[in-house]
Amino acid sequence: MSTIYILWLRQVTRYLRSRSRIVGSLAQPLLFLVALGFGFGPIFQKAGEGNYIDFLVPGVIAMSILFTSMFTGIEIIWDRQFGFLKETLVAPVSRLHIMIGRTLGGATVAMIQGIIIFLLSFIVGFYPHSLPLLPLAFIFMFLISIIFTALGTAIASKLEDMQGFQLIMNFLIMPTFFLSGALFPLKEVPRVLGIIVKLNPLAYGVDSIRGTLVMSSYFGLQTDLIVLIILAGILLSIGSYLFSKIQI
Amino acid sequence: MDNIIEVKNLTKKFNGFIAVDNISFSVKKGEIFAFLGPNGAGKTTTIKMLTTLLNPTSGELAIDGFSSIDNRDKVRMTFGIVFQDPSLDDELTAYENMYFHSVLYKVPPAQIKPRIKELLEFVELWERKDELVKKFSGGMKRRLEIARGFLHHPKVLFLDEPTLGLDPQTTNHIWTYIKDLNQKEGITVFFTTHYMAEAEKIADKIAIIDHGKIIITGTLEELKNKTQKDTLEDAFLALTGKKLRDEEASNLELLRNRRKMRHH
Repeated sequence: MSTIYILWLRQVTRYLRSRSRIVGSLAQPLLFLVALGFGFGPIFQKAGEGNYIDFLVPGVIAMSILFTSMFTGIEIIWDRQFGFLKETLVAPVSRLHIMIGRTLGGATVAMIQGIIIFLLSFIVGFYPHSLPLLPLAFIFMFLISIIFTALGTAIASKLEDMQGFQLIMNFLIMPTFFLSGALFPLKEVPRVLGIIVKLNPLAYGVDSIRGTLVMSSYFGLQTDLIVLIILAGILLSIGSYLFSKIQI
Repeated sequence: MDNIIEVKNLTKKFNGFIAVDNISFSVKKGEIFAFLGPNGAGKTTTIKMLTTLLNPTSGELAIDGFSSIDNRDKVRMTFGIVFQDPSLDDELTAYENMYFHSVLYKVPPAQIKPRIKELLEFVELWERKDELVKKFSGGMKRRLEIARGFLHHPKVLFLDEPTLGLDPQTTNHIWTYIKDLNQKEGITVFFTTHYMAEAEKIADKIAIIDHGKIIITGTLEELKNKTQKDTLEDAFLALTGKKLRDEEASNLELLRNRRKMRHH
């Protein structure tokens, strides 16, 4: 337990200490909210889809969680580069605990980022439609955070340096975001796109936040919950396995 | 006297390249053991295998009777290590780095603070305990790492080129700390270095490794007698030859060099 706690604490301490990173990572989601929210809003309304801000905010919260958690997972490469990873790997504690501590720490950070975006969205006129569902929304956010931190950890365990990072950014993180239904409704998309979205873990994340915050879910909250829990389990297992195999 | 480190027929191959070739040696409890060799001879690879960071291809190794392969957590408890490159968290303070280590090594909570204070005072960093490590110089970081290596009362301390790139003052201090703790707490010290004078002065026993094989082991006198030379440096050159060694840079080194270039 103490191992998990101290690794969690490290991630959170580092996050709270890097104020420029916090501010910097809020800029992009805010830009999306303002530019897309107000830019597409009128057309969205005219097409009979309702309020675009309501639709967009859950997507942008999910985006912010996706980016932050993938980055904190991938941070292992930095730790490897700056040597700190060795300090944790020679310690007489189980690597599973190290991995879980890190992942919970990263997920906490991602979750805080998501909540900040949620609060900032009040400025552009957003509000949660159901207060009783709010705790559930936070649970979903945490699940998404876990999934993508674990995914980042799994990937970083196999990478030696940052050269592959651009590849991950362009071929994994960006597609995951754009093909998640965060920006557009899934109702009438072409069939192929619909299938791709259904295979995307983040789609269920976006849908679950939308379902709990503005009460409009495409897959159904139950499906979201089951899919996300299973994915979290799978990715945590893969991440821990790959992490435990790291040799330096 | 008991052997605290026992290595038998240890071999490590990387994609067909033999980094460590069937070596055997032992280190006695309380001894200061110098592990010397040219670049790429297999020193760091051996330390990594002893400290459970790398799996050997074949052979056996044990620290304090526990196998570094089958009984990793027991082994990890017995040693402290100062790596060739820094392994501190730059974004944390000196105290936090020490605290982190105490928790990982299960130092009893009541002892954590006094022990950290004792060691930070010992390496003369207590005054700066609340500064972020990224503000420290190379020498200060090294001192902090040595303090950290001793934190959990290890039986063996591994030092991989602990004085590389440090000024003579810092080097002198570091060896004073280490010798002191070697005598006071009876800690076995296993170190590598390229400074022959250092090994001559400090080590009780010396092993020289080249091309993955140990070519000689013994006390300073034994080495000098066997090679008919007056200094360890001459003995070393006589044994390993004068040819320059090229070591292939690892990915990490390449990356670090690129970063350095960008900063200049």
